[in-house]
Amino acid sequence: MHAATTPVKDFRDAHGRVLRIDPLMLLATLGLIAASIYVLGTATQDDRVGDPNYFTYRQAAYAGVGLVLMFLIARFDYSRLREWKLGVYAVLIGAILLVYAFGFTARGSQRSIALPFFNFQASELGKLLLVVALAAFMVDRVRRLTDRETTSRMVLLAVVPAMLVIGQPDLGSGLVYLAILVAVMFIAGTPWTHFAALGGLAAVAIVVVLIAAPAGGVEVLKPYQKDRLTAFLNPGENSGREAYQINQSLTAIGSGGKTGRGDEATQTKLDFLPEHHTDFVFSVIGEEFGFVGAALVLSLFALLIWRALRTLTMAKNFYGALVAGGITAMLMFQVFVNVGMTIGIMPITGIPLPLVSYGGSSVITTLMAIGLLQSIHAQARETAAVKRL
Amino acid sequence: MYLDNERRPTLTPQLAFRIAVIGGAALAMFAVIFFRLWYLQVLSGDNYVAAAKSNSVREIKVLAPRGEIVDRHGLPLVENRNSLSIKVTPDKLPARRADREVVYRRLARLLNLNPGRLERRVSRELELLPYTKPTIKQDVDRRVVAYVLERQEQFPGVEPERESLRLYPHGQVGAHLFGQVGEVSPEELKDERFSEVQMGDIVGKAGIEKEYDRFLRGKNGAARVRVDAFGKLTKTLKRDPAEQGKQLRLSLDLGVQRVAQQALAGGTGKGAFAVMNVQNGEMLALGSQPSFDPNVFTKPITKKHLAALTSKDLGEPLLNRALQAGYPTGSTFKLVTAVAALESGHITPSTPLSDPGFLMVGDQEFENASRTPHGVLSLVQALTVSSDVFFYQLGRDMDEKGMPLQQWAHRLGIGRRTGIDLPAEEPGRMPSPEWRNSWYKQGLVDRTWSVGDNVNTSVGQGDLLANPLQMAIAYAAIANGGRVLRPRLGLRIEDANGRARQDLDAPTARRVKISKETRDAILEGLYGAANAPGGTSTPVFAGFPIPVAGKTGTAEHTGRPDQSWYVALAPYPNPKYVVAVTDEAGGFGAETAAPMARRILAELLDVKETGLVQGGVAPD
Repeated sequence: MHAATTPVKDFRDAHGRVLRIDPLMLLATLGLIAASIYVLGTATQDDRVGDPNYFTYRQAAYAGVGLVLMFLIARFDYSRLREWKLGVYAVLIGAILLVYAFGFTARGSQRSIALPFFNFQASELGKLLLVVALAAFMVDRVRRLTDRETTSRMVLLAVVPAMLVIGQPDLGSGLVYLAILVAVMFIAGTPWTHFAALGGLAAVAIVVVLIAAPAGGVEVLKPYQKDRLTAFLNPGENSGREAYQINQSLTAIGSGGKTGRGDEATQTKLDFLPEHHTDFVFSVIGEEFGFVGAALVLSLFALLIWRALRTLTMAKNFYGALVAGGITAMLMFQVFVNVGMTIGIMPITGIPLPLVSYGGSSVITTLMAIGLLQSIHAQARETAAVKRL
Repeated sequence: MYLDNERRPTLTPQLAFRIAVIGGAALAMFAVIFFRLWYLQVLSGDNYVAAAKSNSVREIKVLAPRGEIVDRHGLPLVENRNSLSIKVTPDKLPARRADREVVYRRLARLLNLNPGRLERRVSRELELLPYTKPTIKQDVDRRVVAYVLERQEQFPGVEPERESLRLYPHGQVGAHLFGQVGEVSPEELKDERFSEVQMGDIVGKAGIEKEYDRFLRGKNGAARVRVDAFGKLTKTLKRDPAEQGKQLRLSLDLGVQRVAQQALAGGTGKGAFAVMNVQNGEMLALGSQPSFDPNVFTKPITKKHLAALTSKDLGEPLLNRALQAGYPTGSTFKLVTAVAALESGHITPSTPLSDPGFLMVGDQEFENASRTPHGVLSLVQALTVSSDVFFYQLGRDMDEKGMPLQQWAHRLGIGRRTGIDLPAEEPGRMPSPEWRNSWYKQGLVDRTWSVGDNVNTSVGQGDLLANPLQMAIAYAAIANGGRVLRPRLGLRIEDANGRARQDLDAPTARRVKISKETRDAILEGLYGAANAPGGTSTPVFAGFPIPVAGKTGTAEHTGRPDQSWYVALAPYPNPKYVVAVTDEAGGFGAETAAPMARRILAELLDVKETGLVQGGVAPD
């Protein structure tokens, strides 16, 4: 890069200090948080009797904590994390095991540990820890990136925590882990042939899990998980709970029309829409604010992902590029699967919509991940600035 | 590609390509989502709005209360009372059988019912009438309803419903007339009369309720309400109030009806009466003994209870003897014989006939009660003292071509339905050669018609079957100069405040030609019977301030006590009312039925009676 051809514009704060974070990414982040708080404010008024703003206030508090963490992480050089990779990976596995040991069961799945004021969902934080650790392990093998051994090691490192969370059962987070794995390898340059082989393996695994093993009497997935995964294929014929959820979600989004139903949003207000503050929050946006509202939120996500990809191209080192790639994939995958679920083109997997769905673990993790992206961005700018000097 | 982590080269073409792939994937993903959203929200939005509305908006039928029934003075006879019943909505019950059973068990414990039977009843009702809400229990205590409403999550699909039930404030008074109401049956729904009725609506099943159902039935209202996903009502959007049915005013006089039933109840326990205006056919009282309390039919009745109400041993309380029974009427029938003989020219009012106390017809002997000879009499005297032999001779002489007795009996309404505005009445039977010979051919009787049958019929014995209502109409036809009336109970359709909406037309009467001479002679004879010395009921009406013309009757039954009859016309000589009374085991007419008639007449004509009315002992 040459300073003469690419003038770098620095953003400065009130004291004249240079702000090297990406303002557009910050804008998208704050926009999504604002949308989340506003939507929860209208949709959850009647969810807790006598406490109409319960979810709104809590989400705002989580976002506040998350934003503070985001700014702290943004000021810190992410490269140091690489040295802590073993510790990070140990924390990842340890937290998940801790949930097995001390977690409480909600709606048939043991995902969280009860802390004062807060239920800590280890698999959410795990998404970020996995990105950090996996990228570091990949950098260690920077000269043997195309080796089969590298690929198998990486797969093993990601599949262990993925299987652990799927067993909780939290299928959604497990799939996010696998998406992160694929993205890190993809950015690192793993050969296409490896991906093809892994794809073949995955296909075999799916056939075994969904068809062969049940036929042989071994249920790998719980029946409800299987229903959720397949109900979206024909919601009209399926009368189970999953098809009900999909139909109610489609009805909610469809009835929103161009500009939404506002206070007449009966699907949300009368509880026809299940989980409307968490997994199906996008359906609420679709119903209350219509195509316009849904498009606005999607645009904020598009902006966020664009800035994340741009950060990926700017990263000052290989580690930064891999971390940015993993985080980008983590965001993209969650947005696509969650929104796809609400509009009936993806199975129900219990993946939250980043920053918008209610939930402290998810919001704080996502903001920390964005903080890391900002750190990569800031470091890249600093390096560029240093070079200019 | 990076060769070392810490060296920062420009983007290698491979990395740039891979990032481009990810960017392309993101672009494709957003494109798919946007197209899908466009399709859902912009292209098919209206369909989904409709789906969302049908999700949350329910239409609840509000059953209209039926119109009330009042007597001619506006006194209530049949009213409504509000009650709450517990119903289940099948599509809101839990889908799983085990969960449903939990709800049934809870409900059964709460309502003190057997859970198995409760479940069977629900499934049976649904089989018969799909898409309805089966009733679990009617007339439930308010506190029970509140309990269910406060715990809807424990009782999904269980809902209370306000119901209007019939209330009969006077209990047994008029019980046989009103009939019952009930949910419309699938067969009835096919009937044109019920074209505006929907499944689950309440309609009249019998009696006045059935006859005047189209007026009494109201117009159901509807409430559009918003419910949430758990079926809980959140808001009422629109309310079309139910319109109560019209009020029906009957010609019945509550006071007369009550006194008549009391009078009958003071007899031997089985009997009937009919009180009618002789000019227009308005019924002032009509009833049967034994009676029952119609309030028992407002709730599901037990089999045992129903069996008791139809038991022969207990006198079949549900039977309305005034128009569903058939009896020989004894001497009260002589009026018909007299009209037939006078109008067919067999006698004139002054034709003398001899009564030696008995009459030989062929080798068969017919005699007066106790063989009392009355000497030579004309018609008036014969009616006054109730000479059987006089009428035997007329019966014997009228057994001729054309059968004038049968012809006149038919004209006066004997052996045919009266056409009263009640759904169930029996025609009875006027004995005739055609009837007896056809029954003989079928092996139902042991011999063919003979002149003796006509002799027996002429005094209301033998095979004659008639009821008090028919006798009242025949007597009224003489009193009013030849109009055979169609009796009626319904007078007027009114709004809830008693303002007339529609007068029910008086039904047309059949005209028969009866000369004034005939009428006057017969009335004079009947007046004598109640007033002249030697009149069969003269002692009974002693001291009664209003002149009465009346005929006693004693119908003989083999192996059973005699049946007592009395038919009165008052006031003489221009009668306004006819009163026909019978007591199935009351003995002589003067003994039981005549005093009952006097009590009824006293109430009807506003006569203050002092002391007990003594029954006469004269045979007739």
